[in-house]
Amino acid sequence: MGILIKQKPANIKRADPLMLLFYILSLVLLLFVFVVIANMIIGQVLTDFSGLLDAASSKPVLKSIFLSLYAGFLATMISLLLGVPTAYILARNNFIGKRFVESMLDVPVVIPHTVAGIALLTVFGSNGLIGAPLEPYIQFRDAMPGIVVAMLFVSAPYLTNSAREGFKNVDPKLENVARSLGAPFWKTFAIVTLPLASRHLLIGSIMCWARAISEFGAVVMIAYYPMIGPTLIYDRYLSQGLTASRPIAVLLILVTLVIFLAVRILSAGWRVYDKD
Amino acid sequence: MIRIKELHRIWKEFKLAGINLEIADGEYFVILGPTGAGKTLLLELIAGFYRPDGGDIYIGDKNVTGLPPEKRNIGFLYQDYSLFPHMNAEKNIEFGMRMRGVKNRDTVKKIAGYLNIGHLLHRYSQTLSGGEQQRVALARVLVIDPDVLLLDEPLSALDPGTQDATRKILKSIHSDSNLTVIHVTHDQTEARILADRVAVMMDGRIVQVGTPDEVFDKPVNDEVAHFVGVENVLKGEVIESSNGVCVLDIGGKVLEAVSECATGDTVYACLRPENVTLSKTGVNSSARNSFKGSLLEVERMGALVRAKVDMDGSFLLNAFVTNQSADELGLTCGETVVVSFKASAVHVV
Repeated sequence: MGILIKQKPANIKRADPLMLLFYILSLVLLLFVFVVIANMIIGQVLTDFSGLLDAASSKPVLKSIFLSLYAGFLATMISLLLGVPTAYILARNNFIGKRFVESMLDVPVVIPHTVAGIALLTVFGSNGLIGAPLEPYIQFRDAMPGIVVAMLFVSAPYLTNSAREGFKNVDPKLENVARSLGAPFWKTFAIVTLPLASRHLLIGSIMCWARAISEFGAVVMIAYYPMIGPTLIYDRYLSQGLTASRPIAVLLILVTLVIFLAVRILSAGWRVYDKD
Repeated sequence: MIRIKELHRIWKEFKLAGINLEIADGEYFVILGPTGAGKTLLLELIAGFYRPDGGDIYIGDKNVTGLPPEKRNIGFLYQDYSLFPHMNAEKNIEFGMRMRGVKNRDTVKKIAGYLNIGHLLHRYSQTLSGGEQQRVALARVLVIDPDVLLLDEPLSALDPGTQDATRKILKSIHSDSNLTVIHVTHDQTEARILADRVAVMMDGRIVQVGTPDEVFDKPVNDEVAHFVGVENVLKGEVIESSNGVCVLDIGGKVLEAVSECATGDTVYACLRPENVTLSKTGVNSSARNSFKGSLLEVERMGALVRAKVDMDGSFLLNAFVTNQSADELGLTCGETVVVSFKASAVHVV
């Protein structure tokens, strides 16, 4: 009896041993990512700061980084144009073969990127299914359109999936009410559905853009030139070694981190309208 | 006038089979039925959110079956109000006018004043109570001056006090604007109090249409009788009211109820059948209301027996007694019994 009374309430709050293990494991994961990235950036800054400055003032380096961002941006815009309607259909309708369509859209996520590159090259190359008839008008091989097509292929699923979740979170009853109040479908979509799904669309776009910027395998198969950031890093590594390629890598990481951080901060004030 | 002809639709587990209805202009029409009868689906078909598999819907003289919802000029109110969460109350109310290109702040102000939500216009739905959200949603459909107002279980998500208030609002909207209303509910009290006419819907079919008196007092079959024959809802007039007790005249009989109400008002007294005591001679108890009547019907419903008693033609009352008490009392149709109930068991609306 006495023992029971003396027990401190703090004992009840003590974390379960399993929960403690969860904390430790999550710390391992966090450190794994952090150490790899921070070590590279800090190491570069401390040991070879002038190398970083050289990279930042080198024209080919800046050009390749800009090309990565720009081509990634184009791929994201095309993903939005194609992925948003697709996502809406998948979120609102049930039809025969829906599972198949969803799996199909996810294929680019699971196949190795060099495989994707080969596949793209066979279709968009100058003798390819699409590349051949378009040959007089648009070149994919070793050209900007090739880079965008490769980035689009691997990054579109991220946007489509996120947008689909966003649309699923918008209660169809709100759309019904908007229609009954006199809004045709396109207005309902623009004034009710899109704003309510905006956060998912933004996160999907960031994921899509980030994925596009980080793509190397598929791009390098179809367009070694003009060089995007990752291709230049690889090229310098092969020809001049680690000390020549690392400053470019650090610069690419810093630029993308700053951009993503800025987008995050700018969108932090957006309201979240999840159904629950 | 709204006419529905041979309407068919199968959707998930719901099935509407050959619905025929005619609703007159300015009528308050209640579709009453148990959960899963397909009432909401019928309402959504009238609104045009879904297309029927077969049949026609006319609003006025126009066949609207093939029209999208935005071309039907209907007002629709969902059970959970469905306010746009990214717009404040004012923007919600303005929505229909914006779509018609006739933005008018005065109309918004007027309707907001009428529904007593003028002070809430800048608020977002997440910060409003259920009753407030509902009044905003009502304002939002009323500004577009719809040809018909479709209400999907408008009271069932509200607490009892707000329910009473909202019922009054709906009633006054209907009488002030002479709007045609179709109101879907599973609650018999709502149907009895609000409806000009009631349609009883079961398993995707309309089984009876009539005035509340017809439907509640003369159900067409056992199924309907089981569903509607339970709650006692008596229409009467307040003849005296003091100290929180009011005296009601119900078809010539005088009944006491614990309630705040004003003399002269027409009210409804609601009484659950399990709160009615049945005896042969009358018992001395704290029950303030005691009436002699003749036993009209005795029906066994599982563990309970439902007895329907006629108070000399003034009103009918349902009472529940257990099987055991029914046997002890030896109830036989036609004999005189005494019903009694407490004044506090009567809910006045």
